[in-house]
Amino acid sequence: MMQINKKKFLYIFFLIQISYGCAQENEPKIEIPEKINYKYEIIIDSLEIPWGMSFISKDELLVTEKSGTIYRVNNGVKKIVTGIPEIYLRGQGGLLDISIHPNFNENNLIYFTASSSLGEENGGNTALYRARLKNHALEDLKLLYKGEENTKKGQHFGSRIAFDDNGYIYFSIGDRGNREENPQNTNRDGGKIYRLTDSGEIPNDNPFVNKKLSKKAIFSYGHRNPQGMIKHPKTGKIWINEHGPQGGDEINIIEKGKNYGWPKITFGINYSGTPITDMTKYPGMEQPFYYWIPSIAPSGMAFSTSEIYPEWKDNLFIGSLKFEYLERLVIKNNKIIKREKILENIGGKVRNVKESPDGYLYVGVDGKGILKILPN
Amino acid sequence: MKLIIFTYITFIFISINQTYKLKEKSIEDGYEIYQDFCVRCHLNSGSGHKGKIPPLAKSDFLLKNTKESIKAIKYGLKGPLKVNSIQYNGLMESQGLDDEEIADVMNYILNSWGNIYEELITPKKVLKVKKE
Repeated sequence: MMQINKKKFLYIFFLIQISYGCAQENEPKIEIPEKINYKYEIIIDSLEIPWGMSFISKDELLVTEKSGTIYRVNNGVKKIVTGIPEIYLRGQGGLLDISIHPNFNENNLIYFTASSSLGEENGGNTALYRARLKNHALEDLKLLYKGEENTKKGQHFGSRIAFDDNGYIYFSIGDRGNREENPQNTNRDGGKIYRLTDSGEIPNDNPFVNKKLSKKAIFSYGHRNPQGMIKHPKTGKIWINEHGPQGGDEINIIEKGKNYGWPKITFGINYSGTPITDMTKYPGMEQPFYYWIPSIAPSGMAFSTSEIYPEWKDNLFIGSLKFEYLERLVIKNNKIIKREKILENIGGKVRNVKESPDGYLYVGVDGKGILKILPN
Repeated sequence: MKLIIFTYITFIFISINQTYKLKEKSIEDGYEIYQDFCVRCHLNSGSGHKGKIPPLAKSDFLLKNTKESIKAIKYGLKGPLKVNSIQYNGLMESQGLDDEEIADVMNYILNSWGNIYEELITPKKVLKVKKE
């Protein structure tokens, strides 16, 4: 009798495991386009992990390689930028995102995030730097923010940078592999979106400036690992995408002081298949704009605003590290109504996507380089 | 007297074999490293993603080329690679692990998911593997 019970128990246990493991794909399901109206050309080749990209003009851009190089690329010719600070290379850390100042043409300022071992403890955490770019050299390097405390954990450094219409800079730091302590605690770094002025000061109206022990640079919290960020071209709001665990990657629209729930609420589960929480919503915590099941491991984010790809106008583009394609998302009435695979079988993790000043989509692919999508 | 000699020899034997930590302990520590640095791509089952991320479970490449595997973890790996007759052409970055961490994670992957590897990988062995 006992035997049967045990067997029954195991049977039910495995059923639960299987149902977790094969969780239903969240709607809308990913589609393969019937007709492919685009091709691509490789603009910059031989890059390992092209994490960040920022356009100076339609012909010139800055590109970061995670292993610690900034390139200034002019008409496809890349030259190394000198004067980079020491970078803590471990796990998902390295030289991460880059952005020019909105008035770069006047002040030559650039911003970049990188993991850094500055500080007391062993290990590292994500830092935001500013510098002046003179030809191919960084000058007046200034550390604007450094996440505390350091840890040897390899996960979740973030990191993406975006500017809003008021000239404030936003950047992300992931939960640094410590989901129990970091994301829900505003006294600690990690699992946050930060907001600073362009010179690294705390804006007076940041949400936690009057909370005594809180980190004053925090703009929103309860994040896991945001690796996509863009200012919406029409609303001016900051949009992010972030990695969930197994399942539960999210798109979030960032609001001041809001809690996005990780790890108290999530649509994902542990890599081992065990649950993290049984809650997907909770009072006082934001629901994602969209969530992916299964995870695509999203990275980079861009809207197509130009007339170059007429069928793609106002669509959102996000890279998939896991499935190695670019995802096209159609939004209608504030909802994702269609998802489609672009650049399928590109042969590398799709790390980043940006719209150039003249309206083309540029895509960073690991092990390949930077591609430009051209309409047929 | 016999007992003393026996104890002495046993002691020497153990000390020779344990200039590094016990294999069980190394595997245990390697599991932590695996969860931290490897699981996202190679998965809990060690199966990877067919055609994109090579498997570690029952991987002929791993079990036959421990030196090359150490080199891959230490310095990264890029380009064509055949594992269990399937062709891969990906990129694995160096994770910035120290020699002890590499030894531990090697012992973990060499002795998980049905993989069996008798020899203990030590930091000393990892140290000897050069980029060339």
